[in-house]
Amino acid sequence: MRIALFVTCLADTMFPEAAKATVRLLERLGHEVVFPEGQTCCGQMHVNTGYQAQAMPLVRRHVRTFDPYDVIVAPSGSCVGSVRHQHALVARRGGDERLASRAESVAGRTYELSELLVDVLGVTDVGAYFPHRVTYHPTCHSLRMLRVGDRPLRLLREVRGLDLVQLPAAEQCCGFGGTFAVKNADTSTAMLADKMRHVLATGADVCAAGDVSCLMHIGGGLSRLRTGVRTVHLAEILAATEAGGGPERRDELVVRT
Amino acid sequence: MTRTFLGMPATAPQGVGQLRGEQSFPAAARQALADAQLRRNLGHATATIRAKSGAVIAEAPDWEELRAAGAAIKTDVLARLPELLEQLEARVTAAGGVVHWAADANEANRIVTDLVRATGSDRVIKVKSMATQEIGLNEALDAAGIIAVETDLAELIVQLGDDRPSHILVPAIHRNRAEIREIFLRAMPDVDPALTDEPAALAAAARRFLRQTFLTTPVAVSGANFAVAETGTLAVVESEGNGRMCLTLPETLITVMGVEKVVPTWRDLEVFLQLLPRASTGERMNPYTSMWTGVTPGDGPQAFHLVLLDNGRSAVLADEVGRQALHCIRCSACLNVCPVYERVGGHAYGSVYPGPIGAVLSPQLTGVADNASLPYASSLCGACYDACPVKINIPELLVHLRDQAPHPRAESAAMAAAAYTMDHPALYAAAQRATRLSRWAGRRGRGLPPPLSGWTAGRDLPEPPAETFREWWAKR
Repeated sequence: MRIALFVTCLADTMFPEAAKATVRLLERLGHEVVFPEGQTCCGQMHVNTGYQAQAMPLVRRHVRTFDPYDVIVAPSGSCVGSVRHQHALVARRGGDERLASRAESVAGRTYELSELLVDVLGVTDVGAYFPHRVTYHPTCHSLRMLRVGDRPLRLLREVRGLDLVQLPAAEQCCGFGGTFAVKNADTSTAMLADKMRHVLATGADVCAAGDVSCLMHIGGGLSRLRTGVRTVHLAEILAATEAGGGPERRDELVVRT
Repeated sequence: MTRTFLGMPATAPQGVGQLRGEQSFPAAARQALADAQLRRNLGHATATIRAKSGAVIAEAPDWEELRAAGAAIKTDVLARLPELLEQLEARVTAAGGVVHWAADANEANRIVTDLVRATGSDRVIKVKSMATQEIGLNEALDAAGIIAVETDLAELIVQLGDDRPSHILVPAIHRNRAEIREIFLRAMPDVDPALTDEPAALAAAARRFLRQTFLTTPVAVSGANFAVAETGTLAVVESEGNGRMCLTLPETLITVMGVEKVVPTWRDLEVFLQLLPRASTGERMNPYTSMWTGVTPGDGPQAFHLVLLDNGRSAVLADEVGRQALHCIRCSACLNVCPVYERVGGHAYGSVYPGPIGAVLSPQLTGVADNASLPYASSLCGACYDACPVKINIPELLVHLRDQAPHPRAESAAMAAAAYTMDHPALYAAAQRATRLSRWAGRRGRGLPPPLSGWTAGRDLPEPPAETFREWWAKR
């Protein structure tokens, strides 16, 4: 199958390993991955911060860029959520009904990674090998906007060597929320503190999730406290095999106080 | 000939009632987060209600259908509100009640104060009511020399503690029983000095105090959960029976009701009386549901006044996205599931309506500019939307109100620049390369400048990667 990668601006810029892993995984499963060059950002940050008018050109760009493709995947529940639940709304409020219906059409062909694997490609065992104790945080937008349900867990359960431990209070938000983490930094940090407490209680080496944004937040906290627990995107775990291709080691996080 | 321009309906007036906080949400939240006892009390209480409510909702096989029905009835009500309110007025009047229309808090307070004065009483007993707190009725009565005694146990704790409610349903949720004992010992008349903090002992002390008050006060003030237009029947839903005491014992009953509380028919109550207890207290059936229609000779209050309150509701109704906030039946399910509320509590929202529903209702009632930080008091996790028994899409509303909120100038400039950059791929790639410069410019030991310093105060930032995804892709 020919699959267009919607990389998301955050993965492209800050966490390319999650996007590269998505490419490796899909190619290993025998699919062709294409990267439409005109893509930048879906505009979610603008919409969620109260700048819908400024998001219009970004919605238009996204729709124009991805309209030619039949199947589109992003390694992010949040950005797929924006495409599915915000793009048409923004277009409609901006008075562009034609763009809105095109946005709805693109949204109908856009999948989060675990949805693509389980629902479209019909696979749960992707042949991965990841010999670590892992706990999974079901990010809010995957959980409640996309309703991905247990698809990520079904994928993780088939990974050889992986010891999956349940995260207590898993469905509680980690406190990221985009600009919320900056505008309400104290509240966000309080939510993060509880999330980290639960992650540490599992004894896992790795906290996995389907969104690099939430992982940046949780990972930033775990790093600050020198917990020795690292955050890894679901795609990186699924891309890892006994032949290698495991998560790329990055420099430790920059310590900024 | 003069012409009056009937523009947008008025929002709730300033200087009266409790819809606006003294500080912004982030500042108030910062203080609340430092209170370890508060965090513990709230965490325990919300987790308990969540579990209880979740269990009884899971028992109802038609919960989703009930939610859809509740939302549909409310949508219908809002679509023909004037007609239903006039029908309600006609039925209440026919049944011997008197209906008053109050455009805002000041008018409602004036109406109620005059009505109480006319009875000659200098004291009223109160049924727990959000509408009267919204308009600051107790303060208005106090200024007129009339004492209002709250009879809901938790409201009494708040009143005796000279405190403010922090939850719609459990106003003293921020207090534990040791704190309640201290409040009673300090402020309850004739309390037994040997009072313990056993829940039964605390309830007994409150009962002794309240019984005396019920039997000696001739006027009661209540709110209303529902009003049935077809019959003119009012309904109050409560758990303690204290509300029923107020609704049946006094000679005069004054009910202050937000205009959105009307429902067309008795049959509609069937839906809400299933939704409300399961979503709010986690009960299958509500313990005390009191209903009355006008006055009944020889039985109950012989004078009944209904005050229909607008106070900004028409302005909310005028916004076709925002109006769904008027669906709210004040169950507080959204508070109990909200990770923000659970950590900061109700006072941080600065309004009688805290939590997710408060973050969308208060700014609409007051006008967004007066509560500009509230629409941002959410991580948009969506737990509130899932929990709402009348399907108010609170995340959608929050985003809608953020779009109307006044924005800081620097933020607007940054957002415009970001949008421009992201709409020009070459500029975007250049900006990505600039991010990498921070590998050299912003090395260890240096935090981000404000307003981004909030991030680095509690979290590390990743080192930007050696190459972006698109650079890697281009080399493949």
